[in-house]
Amino acid sequence: MIPLSWYLLLSAALFSVGLFGVLARRNAIAVLMGVELMLNAVNINLIAFWRYLTPDRSVGLAWAVFVLTVAAAEAAAGLALIISVYRNRDSVDVEELDTLKN
Amino acid sequence: MSQQIIFFILAAITLTSAIAVVTMRNLFHAALALMVSFLGVAGIYVLLEAGFMGMAQLLVYIGAISILIIFAVMMTRRMMQTRETPFNAQTLAALVGTLITMAILFVVIGRLYPLAPTTEIPLGAAPQVDPAIIGSSIDQLGRAFVGANAYVLPFEVASVLLLAALVGSIIIAWPRSGEEDNL
Repeated sequence: MIPLSWYLLLSAALFSVGLFGVLARRNAIAVLMGVELMLNAVNINLIAFWRYLTPDRSVGLAWAVFVLTVAAAEAAAGLALIISVYRNRDSVDVEELDTLKN
Repeated sequence: MSQQIIFFILAAITLTSAIAVVTMRNLFHAALALMVSFLGVAGIYVLLEAGFMGMAQLLVYIGAISILIIFAVMMTRRMMQTRETPFNAQTLAALVGTLITMAILFVVIGRLYPLAPTTEIPLGAAPQVDPAIIGSSIDQLGRAFVGANAYVLPFEVASVLLLAALVGSIIIAWPRSGEEDNL
């Protein structure tokens, strides 16, 4: 017997850890890893609600599959951007990427 | 009871490796910890009787995205070397903001849903469902993705999105003319 709230608490904790990674890391690849953790937390929520509220309808699973698809596309495009930036600026430190700042 | 023990083990694996991902200096180790975290999440999916999502998690996240990230780490290898700190200047503000976010989420969840495992009230435990319904959820999902009054349009848009991401990544990462010799 596991109450729904335990899954939601796990998901909230995982989301917060990912958020910290996105906000606090210097390396752009580590920032992307934080985004992946946050997307995983969202998927845990979707599937927990599917199991507890609408196990007879596929809406929760379908949402989770779309989140998975978008996460894959996001990872590919994001890493291509990082590699391109690395080639041009010789750095993937987000604090040094300030061309748009001034 | 055994389910609860499995849940706690999976949650501990997921959260400790997630914290390792955001704190480790060596990016390659962080990427490996990320794979462990994904594995824990896949276990959570299986615990929720969503076996298909667990398999998709294994294939897409652990099999593809993690490998992609490790490739990117290796291609930008000079950054992997241990620097003075893996954190940027706004780390303290990020930590405070993250803790406030987590506290708000926890309070909201605690107010809305029962925290103790019980079958007396709804959502205190997973609702009893005919195993045939859970078993046919993949079947249902497959039909929903191609059903005219379900998700056929989002499904096709997702395929276009993946194609655009594929072509876009290749274009973005393509070396500019004259740079090929340096690779």
